[in-house]
Amino acid sequence: MANTLVGNYIRKLRFNHDEMTQQQLADKVGVTRQTIVSLEKGNYSPSLELAFRIARVFQLPLEEVFYYGDDKEGDTT
Amino acid sequence: MTYQEKKSIVSLISAVLIFVSYCLYKYSQYPQGKLESSVLLHYWGSFVLLLTLVSIVAHILISMIFNIVFRITTGEKEPAFEDEMDKLIRLKAARNSFALFILGFILAMGSLVLDQPLTVMFIILIGAGFIADVAGSVTKLYHYRKGV
Repeated sequence: MANTLVGNYIRKLRFNHDEMTQQQLADKVGVTRQTIVSLEKGNYSPSLELAFRIARVFQLPLEEVFYYGDDKEGDTT
Repeated sequence: MTYQEKKSIVSLISAVLIFVSYCLYKYSQYPQGKLESSVLLHYWGSFVLLLTLVSIVAHILISMIFNIVFRITTGEKEPAFEDEMDKLIRLKAARNSFALFILGFILAMGSLVLDQPLTVMFIILIGAGFIADVAGSVTKLYHYRKGV
């Protein structure tokens, strides 16, 4: 299965938040660690609700946690 | 490897082991000689009923043992709930299982139309059930490893 078009910065954000573990993030947003693993690998597009819950944990707007297609942070296009 | 991936592998292996060992056990009891259809129907009826019971009990036992071993070896507790990704994967696995079983069911009915013996029909039907079960576990494993 190809990676999804929805990418994210979850791994980086976890690291910047006191090296939060995947399990800790999973507990905070109410999913299993498997789902966080798949999200970080880009193998799963979260529901809008889960995306908002993750963004809320990092206290960031949605677009600073997730990006669509090639709209990665730092891209000028 | 996460809990879900390990569980899918255990489920796959246990499905194969349960089915093969049960078939070997029942094969020795297959009625010999010139058979009346009532004897055959009784044999296959008990085959399916017992297989269902044995399969459910064995799966529960294996799942309990797996959870205990998982806790001891990893020090983690297994997830107590199913999240959105688990539900999506379960639905995809159920869809594949269902499609394969229906295909087997149609083939089994086709064998009756082609005047094949009852035994052939039951073997196709039971085989389709087994393949559907295996396909469900394989689908789960695939999606947990490769994504949805």
